[in-house]
Formats: sequence, structure tokens, C-alpha cells
Amino acid sequence: MSLPDEKKNPMLTPNRVGLTKKDYAGAASTLCTGCGHDSVTMHLISAFYELGVEPHRVAKFSGIGCSSKTPAYFLSGSHGFNAVHGRMPSVATGSNAVRPDMLNIAVSGDGDTASIGLGQFAHLIRRNVKMLYIIENNGVYGLTKGQFSATADKTSVLKKGDRNLFEPIDLCLLALSLGCDFVGRSFSGDLKQVLPLMKSGLSHNGLAVLDIISPCITFNNHEGSTKSYKFVKEHDEYLHEIGFVHGAEEIQVDYGEGETRIVDLHDGSKITLKKLERDYDPTNRTEAMRFLEEAREQKLFLTGLFYINPKSPSFYQMLDLVDEPLVALSQEQIQPSAQCLDQIMTALM
Amino acid sequence: MISTRVNDFSIHIATVNGSGSQSANNVLMRAIFRMGVPVSGKNLFPSNIQGLPTWFSIRANEKAWTARHVRYDLLVCMNETTYVEDVKKLEPGSFVIHHPHMQVSAIRKDVTSIPVPFSELVAQACVEVRLRKLAVNMIYVGVLAEILGVDNEAVMAALKQQFSTKQKVIQLNLDCIEAGRDWAKKESWPEKIPLRVERRQLTDSKILIEGNAAAALGAMFGGCQLVSWYPITPSSSLVDAFVEYADRYRVDPKTGKKNFVVIQAEDELSAIGMTLGASWMGARAMTATSGPGISLMAEFTGYAYYAELPTVIFDIQRVGPSTGLPTRTSQSDIEFVASLSHGDTKIPMLFPGSVKECFEFGGKAFDFAEQLQSPLFVMSDLDLGMNFWMSDPFEYPSEKWNRGKILSDQDEEKLKDFGRYKDVDGDGISYRTLPGMKDRRGVFFTRGSGHNEMAAYTESSEAYVRNMNRLLQKWETAKEILPRPILERNADSPWGVIAFGSTHDAVRESLAELESQGLSLSYLRICSYPFHQDVEDFLERHQSVFVIEQNRDAQMRNLLAKELRRYAHKLESILHFDGLPIPASFVSDRILDNLDPKGVKKNVAS
Repeated sequence: MSLPDEKKNPMLTPNRVGLTKKDYAGAASTLCTGCGHDSVTMHLISAFYELGVEPHRVAKFSGIGCSSKTPAYFLSGSHGFNAVHGRMPSVATGSNAVRPDMLNIAVSGDGDTASIGLGQFAHLIRRNVKMLYIIENNGVYGLTKGQFSATADKTSVLKKGDRNLFEPIDLCLLALSLGCDFVGRSFSGDLKQVLPLMKSGLSHNGLAVLDIISPCITFNNHEGSTKSYKFVKEHDEYLHEIGFVHGAEEIQVDYGEGETRIVDLHDGSKITLKKLERDYDPTNRTEAMRFLEEAREQKLFLTGLFYINPKSPSFYQMLDLVDEPLVALSQEQIQPSAQCLDQIMTALM
Repeated sequence: MISTRVNDFSIHIATVNGSGSQSANNVLMRAIFRMGVPVSGKNLFPSNIQGLPTWFSIRANEKAWTARHVRYDLLVCMNETTYVEDVKKLEPGSFVIHHPHMQVSAIRKDVTSIPVPFSELVAQACVEVRLRKLAVNMIYVGVLAEILGVDNEAVMAALKQQFSTKQKVIQLNLDCIEAGRDWAKKESWPEKIPLRVERRQLTDSKILIEGNAAAALGAMFGGCQLVSWYPITPSSSLVDAFVEYADRYRVDPKTGKKNFVVIQAEDELSAIGMTLGASWMGARAMTATSGPGISLMAEFTGYAYYAELPTVIFDIQRVGPSTGLPTRTSQSDIEFVASLSHGDTKIPMLFPGSVKECFEFGGKAFDFAEQLQSPLFVMSDLDLGMNFWMSDPFEYPSEKWNRGKILSDQDEEKLKDFGRYKDVDGDGISYRTLPGMKDRRGVFFTRGSGHNEMAAYTESSEAYVRNMNRLLQKWETAKEILPRPILERNADSPWGVIAFGSTHDAVRESLAELESQGLSLSYLRICSYPFHQDVEDFLERHQSVFVIEQNRDAQMRNLLAKELRRYAHKLESILHFDGLPIPASFVSDRILDNLDPKGVKKNVAS
């Protein structure tokens, strides 16, 4: 007989599919102690555990960089594909086309997404592949010892003193302009905000882009860096508080009329957004872009769910394929008959 | 009077790109084919949509020698800008069909000028002015049909095939052909030109097809489930053909839904990436590309070699790089592909030597890639891929697909001590599992970085060396899995020939021709890389071997010299690399540069 206290420990408490949080763990992280990415990994483990997803139904994707190592550190019961630098979106796209019943999670970094992989990122959005795409954004290339990335703020300073001369790419603004139907941003240290964003992103019916500012403890966490813990904590401005209710759960949300907005996701889940100071409609793309543009001018670090279109048509749905996933089809189901070949040959005679 | 040549001649047609001449040329070629005479068509076209010069060569030959012929018996000049040069290049005694204002007789006295009043003829035959620019090409089809004796039945059949059921279009074209015929007859040209097509039964139940369409059919029957590609000449028509056929034959007859997916990628980096995502999931996936597309695929090819993921890449080789001659043929990606990507990499290749092999290899490639868990290149080229070749009909691939070593949740025993990169069977090929597997013992993380037998990340030198050596073991296994070389000719001669791919047609014609002169050579046609033991045996048996290929740098020769080092001194190169398909006469001339007709080696410095 278990004690009540034990029941509360998620490491020992089965979720709705009978798995404990331990079952969602991965290999030990090899990142620096205190790395924001490790927090993201922990939040992801919580998200999958709380959603009650069976690990074998998950496909993990990543590119190259510190961030892209992390899929090895969660869900060791899921197959993962650590691709080449900046090219993970294409791998995920091909995978999704033939096996749409997998839940896809992608982890990328600012170098992987905003520089070498910007093209594939853009086309992933264009195709709207159903997947949660997390950018662990620290404005710096960690593995190659601290060069600026394309998301580094203009005037931000490197550890060794170099100043960034160029405008940063705002990946959320970019994603919105490319037509992404789920765009959010958060901070790796903010479990309360990041967890519901992850869960709703995993439940979204298309590509969910989640830009998570994840400070680099080694190369970009000093005075003068705009992606440091200190800077983010001082400049963070919440759009709203976010709650997520899984479709399978009873809906009991603590909200007051007029303060909260509920968004229904395609799988029956709901996101609740609690208003903070401003009226914000997360289903208005133009407004979202205006907010982000304004925040940029005011040097504010805006977080929250900027935009969601719950009726997003996914890539796979647009392909118009047979009902069964392509990988499940046998030679008998696929191969045209000998009569078909005869017909083709006759036409060529 | 010169004796009449029957069923053995070449026609060269010079037109302007985008002027509608392609349909006319196809009709003429197919009409000769319908007369029962073997024929081939070679399209020499510019990298352009409209306006630049383009040439089409038709060769009719009773012995089915259909490689490009360099001596044109008939030239059709429809292009103002090229006719002077085109006429200058002719052999004495050729015949030239041209617009009346072109001063052909002033350029050459030793060719026969046939001034055809194209404008008047098309104006009479085609009422609609706007269609005349296209219809005028059918006038030369009519003139040639009359001169050569191609009958109406054959022309009608060709027209129907070209324009299917568009009755109005068929009639318009037929009117123009008739106008050309009537004019030629009235001017008594058939009596003045000693070239004839006579009915034969040599094309009964033969097909005419481009290699790209054949490869696409192979892939469709071979069960390809995902095609991802980026448009690039000359590979685009392969994917176009796949889409055309698969839209018809790979859909659920009840729902109309597809059991395949074609994704036009944003570039070749993405195209190959998508195939890897699909094959990782367990689907059969391919891409097709050319020229710079291969460069862009290098990174992922190396990844797939090391992570051991199957994928099929059709490389329709062309002259490189970039713009200039992208629409000319070549076999110049051989060495690049053989070790594509950074690091130690060995990439298996197939070399189809006919449209039939394009079909067969196009299907079997998926078996091979899955068996070998490796990227696999099918090395075609523009000549094979985009030109029309005569062939026996393709045979239905009825054997069971070989999906390679894949474990699922049911493979309890084998999963007990599963390691993705373990060599369980001693052939260097490990077992793989697919995403979606419940049994955690079978789950692994795919990565291009250093991994041990258990697929775990490692920077261990020992683990790396073990893995690289296992990949070499797999390379040895590949030699037995891939198509063996074919001994096309086994002569009692110290001299041998090695060729591959589209060069085959010119080589077989050349060697038959040389044999008729008393010079016999053996001929081994390479169908795959790595090289089978038979290749080594062939080199062992011969004193000297000519390696014939369509590139400047003797790429196949270099590969042979690298892999079979102790025979390197036996290899002599015959290289053709002007971007045009290699003619048989070129092969014969180069061999005769080295050997006298009695088969004695000449003293030549090479």
C-alpha cells in the first residue's frame, strides 16, 4: 500500500497511460551545469508525462548544436533522429508524410534555425508539418566556443568583448510572417509558462513554433548580454498567464469572466489565457505582429502565446493520401498489377 | 546512279527552341518506327524555353544500331541563325531541306539543296494564322515521309500516339503533312534521293521510351512511397513521369487517394533529407537530381552512409557545373559520387546501360538500398534519360521485395541483445528497428556522430575503428548483392573493353563493326559499384583493356585503378566529353589508333 506522500511524487505516480515520470527520462545530459537547455529538457519530460503520451508514439528530431543534443536526454523510449546542421525540418517532413500517427517533437537552436537552417525552417512553416518545434535560443554558438548567432541583439557583447553589429532575427515575428499557426515564446526558467505552452504546442494540429530563451551559462550569461538570466528576468513582459487542459481531463479552470480566453484545440484540449494588463487576442495574426514589432522597439522581451489558429490544416491532411500510413502498406497493396504494366507497354509500342 | 540505301540513314533537324518542332520530330521518328524499322531520337537542346537553337537527330538502322551517328544524310534547316554552320558541317553528298531564301548552294556545292516553300505550303494547309508557326514543322515531316517512303498508315499511327484523341489537332497536322508530301511528289524528290524506308517487322512488340520514364516506372512498380525532389534538368522528367504514372496506377480505385507522396522540396538539401526521414520510418523513398544537386546532397549522403539509412538517388548526369552546358550529356559524376561527402565514405552505384535496365534497376534499387541500409545512386545520364530508345517491353517485377534486416516488436529473440550497429551475421549488415516500436530494447537514437554498436554516443577511437571496419565488411557484401557485370562479348583476344551506362550502344555497334573488319575484342559492361570479382577476372584475362567513358578525367578507369590496383597498368582510356552522346565511330577510331586491324598493338604514345 502506498503512502499518500508517495502518490504525489511524479517519479512514482503513474499517469493516465500507467507510466511514471521516470519512464520519460533519457540519457544523462552532457551540457554545462546550469544550462537553460537542461531546464527545457526537464519541462519536456513533464509535458509528455502530464499529457500521458506513450514514448513509442513519439519521434524526436534535432539538428546540430548544444540544443540538438538534448533529444538524447529525454524519452529514451522514443526513436530519435539527430540530423545534420539546419536540415532537421526536411527529415521530419519526410517522416511525417509516411507516418502521420507519430507525435513529433523537434529541438533546435538559434544557429540551427536562424542561420544555417533558415531556409528549411521557412519551408517547414510553409508546409505546416504537425510538430512542436522548440528553439532553445541563447544568441550564441556554444559548441564552437561562443560566436554570435543571428538572434543575438544588436549591441550585445560577447564574453571576450566583441560587439554585435547586426540586427537580430526575431524568429517569432518571422514565423508569423511566414504564416505559422502557432507561435509562442517563453523563458527556460519559467516552468509555469513554458509547460502549458509545450503541452498546447504538442496538441496543435500543425507546426507549433516555441522560441524559448535559454541562457548559455558559459558563453552568454554576463553583463552586456541580452540573453542572460539577469537580463531576461528584468525585461520579461508577460502577455498573459497560460493554462492548458488536456482533452481527457475534466475542465476545471480557475478563471474569471472577461479576464480569460479559452482556445479549443483540434484534439479536444483547451488553452486558457489569463489577461494580465492588456487586451490581447491570440487569434489575430496582424495584432500579434504589431505587438512583437512594438516590443522590439521598446526593447521589451515579450513572452506568451502570440498567435494560434486552432483550425490549422496540417501538411499531412493536405496530401490526400490513403487512410493507412504509407509505411503500413504491403507490396500487395502498393505494387500495380502485371496488367497495368502491359497497358503501359502497349501504349509505348 | 548511286545505289539506294534502305533503312540505314540519319536525319538532322535544326529548329528553334519552343517552335513546336519537338512534336513534329517525334511524329517523324515514330512513323519510321511504325514502319517496323529500328530508330532512335537524340535531342540536342539549349538551356532555354524559347528562341535558342535546338537540334534533333533521328537514326534509322535495320541492325538496331541506334547510337548517335555523326554523319547526317539529311539536314533540315528551320533555324535562320544556325543554318550556315549546320550546312558547313555536312559530309559531301548530303541532302539539305531548307527555306528557299537560305543560300545553301552558295555555301556548299557538294550537297543537294532542296528548297521547300514552307511559308506558302503552310499558308495553304493551315487556315489559322496563329497556328502556322507550329504547323510549319509538319511540312518537313510530310516532305521527308514522301522522300523516304514512310506510308500514311505509319504517319497516322504516329500522329495518334503523339496527340492521343485530339482529333482537330491530328487533322491540322495531317493537312500540313499532306501538303509537304504533295509538294515533294510534284517536284519528284523521292526519285532524286537514294534513301528509303522499307517496311520490316523489326519493331513488332518493341517500345520506344526515354530512360527517365523507364526509371520512373521501375520506381513505381518497385514500391517507391515518397519522392522528394528539386527541379533540375535533366532529372526533372523522371519525377514528372513518376507523377504521371503514379497518379494513374498508384491510387485507390474507390477513393482516388494516393499510396505515394511527391514533395517538391525547396532545394536538394531538403529533397534528400525528406527521403531519409521517410526511410528512417520504414518507407521506400527516392530523389532524382543532376549536376549541382549532387553537390548539395553530399552532406546528407555521408550522413546516410554513416547512420546507415537507405535511400535511392537517381543521378541523371550532365555536363557541369552551373549554366552553359547543363543540357548536354556526360558521365562525369562517377568519382564524385563514389566517395560523396566528407570523411571516409563509399557509396554504391548502379549503371543502367539501357532503358530496360533503367526500369529494372529503378525498381531493384529500393531492394538494394534497404538490404545494404545505404544511400544508393542510380547513375543514368541525359542521353539515356531524355532521349528515345527502342527496347523490348519491360518484364513485370513479380518477386517479393527484399526489405532488408528490420526487427519489429515480434522479434523477441533477436531483440534480447539488440544493438543497432552490431554485426550479428558476419556480413557487416546490422539489424535496424523502426520508430513506433514498443519494446524499449529496440529503441535507439539515430545520429551521424560517433556511435558504438549500441548506437550510443561515443568518442572512443576503438569503437570508431570497429564501426568503420564493419562498414568495409558491408562493402564486400554489397559486391554479391548488386548486379554483376555482363560479359557482352567474349572474344579470344588479348584486348578487352570495359564500358557502362549509355556508352553501351556505341560500344556494341563499334565492336560489331570492328569484328566485321577482323578485329575481335572482349567486352565487359559494368553494372554496379563496388566491382564484382568478375571485373577483376576480366582484367586478369586480358593483356590490355580499353575503358570507354564520357568524361575528361577517366573517372571509371581511376576507380578501377584504385580498387583493383594491381591491374592499373592494363587500363587504357577512351574518353569522349564534348557533351554529345558518344558515337560508335569515335570508339572504333580510338581503338584503331591503338591496334591495327590484325589486333597487334601499335606503338603509340598515349
